[in-house]
Amino acid sequence: MNYSVVVEVTLRVGIADPEGATIERALPALGFNGVRSVRAGKMFRFDIEAESSDEALTSAQSLAERLLSNPVIEDATARLVEGR
Amino acid sequence: MARIGVVVFPGSNCEYDAARAVEELGASAEFIFHSSTSLGDVDGVILPGGFAHGDYLRPGALARFSPVMDAVAAFAAEGGPVLGICNGFQVLTEAGLLPGALQKNRGLTFLCQPTTLVVSSTHSVLTRAAQVGARLVVPINHFSGAYTCDDTTYASLVDHGQIVLRYQDNPNGSRDDIAGVANEAGNVVGLMPHPERAMSTLLGSADGRVLLEGFVSAREIVH
Repeated sequence: MNYSVVVEVTLRVGIADPEGATIERALPALGFNGVRSVRAGKMFRFDIEAESSDEALTSAQSLAERLLSNPVIEDATARLVEGR
Repeated sequence: MARIGVVVFPGSNCEYDAARAVEELGASAEFIFHSSTSLGDVDGVILPGGFAHGDYLRPGALARFSPVMDAVAAFAAEGGPVLGICNGFQVLTEAGLLPGALQKNRGLTFLCQPTTLVVSSTHSVLTRAAQVGARLVVPINHFSGAYTCDDTTYASLVDHGQIVLRYQDNPNGSRDDIAGVANEAGNVVGLMPHPERAMSTLLGSADGRVLLEGFVSAREIVH
């Protein structure tokens, strides 16, 4: 089976996020008020051939932790999404 | 004569500066391509600045998986002197050979300027010939140079004298003004500033010499 998995990598809570902070400061100037906080991150989408959705998720989570994120400063979460 | 290996990743761009600096200090330099699985018979290894593997994903994230990194890790484990400059520092943290991580600069600006460094510890192959408290003018040239680590790691760095260089005026938001750190044994060191670009007063500063002099002769001391 083919499974689509999205991995999101974000900075861990407590780690300064200058990119998110810059976007947050820019929003009022564009008329977007009330945005309390912005965290910037990265998104990856994988199509994974696997026996089960669990296997696809485990595989994605593993590669996310090994390669896509730096565990010193980032968290990675994998979730299944509807295929294209 | 000490032989210093300079690792060349696809995207490295300071390898010639590093080799030139090493040679000027009386050592020989040889380039080691990233696909090599052996360092050969070297007395020290430099991971130079640049943009290894395009800095894709994160600086150092892909370089860490280059074949040569297993050899660098083995060399480091047996006490061999390893120095990561700028991008090389980022590679060493990603590879887990040094604690912490380098984040985007505070203010999200690329910084290219002279900085004044304060020697905080001489317990490293890079700072062994310098004096604690000495001020050295060495340029920086980076976008992701803000040193970051958790509180436990920070406490351990302080306890073991692993913070070897600090910025006098923190340019990038590094925790506790950290410009360079060593591993606990002191044989693996990384710093964001470029000592190989501070080799001559004619070009602004010769303060990098005391650092690299200590490094190129470090192996003789270890043995």
